Amino acid sequence: MRPLHHRHLRWLLWAFLPPVLLLALMSGAVFVTPAELLAALAELFGDGPQSRDGLILFSLRLPRVILAALLGVVLAGCGAAMQGLFRNPLADPSLIGVASGASAGAGAMVVLGSGLISGGLLGVSLVAMGAFAGGFAAVLLVYRLATNSTGTSVATMLLAGIAISALAGALNSLFNVFADNDMLRRLSLWQMGSLEGANWQRVSIVFLAAAVVCALLPRQSQALNALLLGESEARHLGVPVESLKRRIILVTAFGVGIAVATSGIVAFVGLMVPHWVRLLIGPDHRHLIPCSLLMGALFMVVADTLARVVILPAELPTGVITALLGAPFFVSLLIQQRHRHYAGMLP
Amino acid sequence: MSLVLEQVGITLGGVSLLSDVSFSVDPGEVLAVLGPNGAGKTTLLRILSGEWAPSRGRVRFNGRDIDDWRPAEKAKAMAILPQGTSLDFPFTAEEVVMLGRTPHNTGVQRDRAIVEEALTAVDGQHLAKRIYTQLSGGEKQRVQLARVLAQIWENADRQSRLLVLDEPTASFDLAHQQLTLDLVARLAGQGFAVVLVIHDLNMAARCATQMLLLSCGRVVEYGAPAQVLTPALIERVFEVKAMVQAHPVTGNPLVIT
Repeated sequence: MRPLHHRHLRWLLWAFLPPVLLLALMSGAVFVTPAELLAALAELFGDGPQSRDGLILFSLRLPRVILAALLGVVLAGCGAAMQGLFRNPLADPSLIGVASGASAGAGAMVVLGSGLISGGLLGVSLVAMGAFAGGFAAVLLVYRLATNSTGTSVATMLLAGIAISALAGALNSLFNVFADNDMLRRLSLWQMGSLEGANWQRVSIVFLAAAVVCALLPRQSQALNALLLGESEARHLGVPVESLKRRIILVTAFGVGIAVATSGIVAFVGLMVPHWVRLLIGPDHRHLIPCSLLMGALFMVVADTLARVVILPAELPTGVITALLGAPFFVSLLIQQRHRHYAGMLP
Repeated sequence: MSLVLEQVGITLGGVSLLSDVSFSVDPGEVLAVLGPNGAGKTTLLRILSGEWAPSRGRVRFNGRDIDDWRPAEKAKAMAILPQGTSLDFPFTAEEVVMLGRTPHNTGVQRDRAIVEEALTAVDGQHLAKRIYTQLSGGEKQRVQLARVLAQIWENADRQSRLLVLDEPTASFDLAHQQLTLDLVARLAGQGFAVVLVIHDLNMAARCATQMLLLSCGRVVEYGAPAQVLTPALIERVFEVKAMVQAHPVTGNPLVIT
């Protein structure tokens, strides 16, 4: 049977969130003790942060920790919805071309727009806007390719995603050829996924994405459950399948597009987090999506904190940590699952 | 009249898959759709459920054109069990049956009770807590049947209910084949209209009140079982020599090949 009841998992995740967030705030190149944390907090509500700790906490760490949590919410939520839409527990938003499209968009901006690189709108760099545009365009293209008068074929969407990803990868390589050393380094760091540039502006943009994800995805839970039976089965259960697909694709393109644009490609989160949750509490989206949102936030905060502290005084890209942490855990859960599966088959 | 098809035909990519199919199913009737592979049985189910729009003719369900039904509303009165359902997610069997309650807002308590009754009806109550992906083929099929039953278990909105089953007994053992056919007959007795695609002619004869014999997308014969199950028609459509006698107990036609 299932290791955990969904209600227990939700309590556990809520219980873990505050201490993990506090620990993340305290850790870093400078360790802030709880007492100093309280003092800085008092300062914040007094005349604004002035001390060294206050500045570190308020202008560096707090936005970064919040950014990590919001990114986790967006990536894990969209991952859960994608896995439901593709009816495959190993699906990932990158399947429909978000990540590769965003890479190409970012590459185009770095190389072609190098003269304007310092420019931007509302504090968002041109690179980020290029990435968002690239990611969104790739998804729309994939969706259009897979849609005809009879509906959207999920299998075609998968293949179109591969084709568009390959095309975007080729464009990206082309930009790399024309890039100079500085551009190359910037591009490759961005592709590894880093939260180094966290600031309140980025937090507010990703907050918008997280708000859209949290507001729209949980509402599709019941329909996604029915969709797992198959498309025509879902239709016979009264689910408007085409509009469901469209909604999920748009929310994912928007959410993951913004996540990738602000923080680069943080791999594995959207794939693994919903998968863990499913192994713990089962596949019901009414519980899977909310728990994935929470678990995604926790996982990203932990991963980003590790990225900040493991090789002090330097810093690792967060995407490297998520992949290094995620892949082995994923494999171990798969092995456990197989054991349980065989045990369940015995009389 | 629960379901009426009037001269329905469909042409896809220049190929005519069905032409000039007309029949009606009343509440309390069981229509068995018979025919060799490729005769258009599954296409017919797609059209009568509204999934595919016919190129010609029209489909009416409970007096309204099938396209005029809102999907959520139609789902409360019409349930369809497809041939094979691929579900790769580890739901428990009772969760799968619960998915049949998707179109309804009857509350968790009522839904739980219905799920239990539906599982019991297919002799699957002992499967309730098992993981669906670990069940055998026949057990999965029974759970899916229970899901479809749960969908129209209650008479919502006072509509007459239509149950459409595509080879429901394909992977069942003998006992569960009989149980399913008896269940179909009992549901018809409760006022359900049933459309059943089935390959075994004797099983069809066991519960059908009407039969529709299809071949190459056309109706060969439509009427009472004794009228459809004749040696001449069976040889013409299935290319098999057969004798037809009365079943010693039920009196239904019994096809001996």
